Amino acid sequence: MIPGSAPFRLDGLRTGPPQSWGAVRIVPLLRDAPVEGLRLHRSVYDGGVRAVDVGDGSRYVAYIPHAFVATYGDDDAGTASYGTRMGAAGRAAEPERMAFGALRRMARRRGRDRLRFLPLHLAVEGYLALHFGGPEIVWERLSRRVVAGGLSPRAEQAVLGLQVAGLEDALRIFEIHPGQCGVCVYAADSLASVFIVPHPDDYRALHATLLEDMFGELIYHYALLMPSTGDLSGRIDAAAVRSLADLRAETRRLRAEWADFHDEVMAGGVLTYGGEYRTVQYLEEFTLGRHLPEFVPGRENHISESISHDDGRIAYFKSFRLSEAQVRRGHLLRTLARNDWHVQAAAADLGQTEAAFGLRLDRAGFGDLLRPDVLDLYRAEARRGRA
Amino acid sequence: MTEQAATETFADLIACEDVLMFVTAAITSTGQREFHHGAAEQRLSLDFLHEYVRTNYRELYAAALALGVNDHNAATIIVGLLRHAADVPPDRRRAEGALIARRLERMPQHRVHGVFRALRRAKVNNRRTRAIARDWFAARRDPAFDAVKYRAGVRDAMRHAHLKADGELGAFLFTRATAGRFTTPLFESWRRAHFAADALYDLPYTVAEGFAAEHGVPRGVFLQRIEPRMTRLERLRLQESTRAMKKVTAVNEHADLAAMGLTRLASYVLGLSLDDRAARRAELTGALRAAARRTAGAAAGTWGRVAAVLDDSHSTLGSGAKRRRPLAVALGAHHLLEALAAPGAYTPLWTSGRTDALLLYPYGPTPLGERVLDALETGPEQLVIVSDGFDNAPPGLAGEVLRVWRTRLDPGRAVAVTHLNPVYDAADFDVRRLSPAVPTAGIRDAEDLATLTGLARFAEGRLGLADLRAHLDEQVARFLAAPR
Repeated sequence: MIPGSAPFRLDGLRTGPPQSWGAVRIVPLLRDAPVEGLRLHRSVYDGGVRAVDVGDGSRYVAYIPHAFVATYGDDDAGTASYGTRMGAAGRAAEPERMAFGALRRMARRRGRDRLRFLPLHLAVEGYLALHFGGPEIVWERLSRRVVAGGLSPRAEQAVLGLQVAGLEDALRIFEIHPGQCGVCVYAADSLASVFIVPHPDDYRALHATLLEDMFGELIYHYALLMPSTGDLSGRIDAAAVRSLADLRAETRRLRAEWADFHDEVMAGGVLTYGGEYRTVQYLEEFTLGRHLPEFVPGRENHISESISHDDGRIAYFKSFRLSEAQVRRGHLLRTLARNDWHVQAAAADLGQTEAAFGLRLDRAGFGDLLRPDVLDLYRAEARRGRA
Repeated sequence: MTEQAATETFADLIACEDVLMFVTAAITSTGQREFHHGAAEQRLSLDFLHEYVRTNYRELYAAALALGVNDHNAATIIVGLLRHAADVPPDRRRAEGALIARRLERMPQHRVHGVFRALRRAKVNNRRTRAIARDWFAARRDPAFDAVKYRAGVRDAMRHAHLKADGELGAFLFTRATAGRFTTPLFESWRRAHFAADALYDLPYTVAEGFAAEHGVPRGVFLQRIEPRMTRLERLRLQESTRAMKKVTAVNEHADLAAMGLTRLASYVLGLSLDDRAARRAELTGALRAAARRTAGAAAGTWGRVAAVLDDSHSTLGSGAKRRRPLAVALGAHHLLEALAAPGAYTPLWTSGRTDALLLYPYGPTPLGERVLDALETGPEQLVIVSDGFDNAPPGLAGEVLRVWRTRLDPGRAVAVTHLNPVYDAADFDVRRLSPAVPTAGIRDAEDLATLTGLARFAEGRLGLADLRAHLDEQVARFLAAPR
């Protein structure tokens, strides 16, 4: 596990000029040289609903329009990548028991130099499985169900990219830059997703898959409610220009200013990363892992997954902006876990009365955590306090 | 001039702006889907403009027929003028009638039938409309051929306009094919083609195609034998598809590139595969250059040092309805400007940075600002920008560069800068502008480049409504006096 405080860096990636359409702004990320040794392909599933046997009798069921296949090693680094499918025999076969533990089931080896993983599922699963096992200490206020079965199952909602107003048109109209390996998608100028691949050809092939990605409910509403984004282009200082050379220098300045502004302000929420990082799988010199944020309510919180090279370069990255309610849920779980699932201690940690904290858990959808009679007690206490 | 400036009111300025906006839209938009906007948006936006200008500036609206507005908009204008004519004084009607008749003469026949059909659907059947239809039919050179090729259109229009069909035409249009023999050879071939596959090769290609399908004539045999009957455009259109099908070579040999219009030729070239283009480089470049020289005419070589910024970004892909149209216009403009510029004094700058004009395809972003800077550095007398105006790398830089250039570096306007835009922006009711400092005009065919740079002067706002009226009157007079 890499220390959570290590900042996430975009080595070798330059920020390009933005293109906007309606409420959606798309910022390209360019590479001077592709990351060698890893290619991403798109594996198209025609079945749709997939069930993965997790191994202990339960199944992970998901609707999967496509998966990514990471091919590493040098042998076929130069091949075209669109629509690569797994062999029919491989797909028809029943998913075998996962050789990797519960955390790794979304990533699966296909052959010796290939890894199939479902885009964003790794990150989302990381969030869903947050303190999955439930309390380690049996406090009397916790309900029997939680003590016995943990927090499973938990459900969160996300919308398909197609449903985000204007995203389809924005992606269709977007003019892909030469050497472009990634993109930051903004809805109403709040960061919805960062998507980075190792090679420009991969990006060209996978550009449209952004439409099949998950986006948070926050992004859905922002895109729906914002008519159009503002103009962020800078102005040339006419007084400083005496010749064509000055004019050219000014345009260079505008470009650099934009890149700085974007990296520091607009994408700051994901690029300056707190939270924790967990390695999921090693692929020779690459590492597949996922990031979880610090869950600070009121701030941007992104969950993400990445493949990084041993030298620190990011080969693949995909992030998902959590909505405010999701952040609050993560925050509450974190607080509880930090206090060893002791309700009173957690409430004190947040500076709240026990009843207020209990009701807050209930409002966040964690009413099941507490025994019903304890919850009733909190409600009565709150009523008395108000009266 | 001072007197005129005094009488120039705010309303006049708005009128001038409105009319120019309309003319730009009517030149550029065809109500079809574009890269950024769908067909429905285009149509909604365009229909509004038509109604607005027709209601407020009817005289100028009619005069637009004399300008290079495209056939779609000319048809809309004609139908609009004829539908809403209740309180127009007789002398205005006469003037409108002359413009309409002249424009109909120049329109392709299927468009004219479209106009008649629209009038019929709108239940417009006044004396004036009937007279216009009568005069149009009377001026046709070969009524028998028209009747065979556009049988349904001719029939409906004649019926609607209460026209008398002379001789066998009535029997041909209004009775069954099996009724009896004709003495007109074309009619007789058409009748026989219902029964005998041999007869269909005397018919126009489009009509024969249907009969061939009915008789089950193999496509290869059919194309080979009908080839002499094809029009030039049919030949061009079929050339590539037949080659792909490896059916006939006869069609290839006769395709006449030299006689093609510049933009159409550019569209044709861009439709070929890159390998084909490379293999036929000398032929294609020669044809493009010849077409450009023909278009430039006497003006060839008179523009001095010319720099062009030409858009070949991803958005020049156009749409399914207008495939690669913006790129074709840019390619046509490239060759035309080369012909107009003094020999060796022309600098083309494609936005993608590519230099081989023959091997272009829509690719990459639109760094117009940088390219404009590059162009200005060559020290041109004329700078022409052909782009859809979606300047996005970085956005708005071209506008900034042109603004600063105009205010700081070239306040005397030594360099004439013109922006020509092949795409109508439905949301703005206008083509997209780069900067208020630079005049913008809509363009549909690269052939109109020279006249449009003239019209763009008005868009700059330095000339008023009186000048615009004078310009339009002059254009109308020239349009009506032009030989048939």
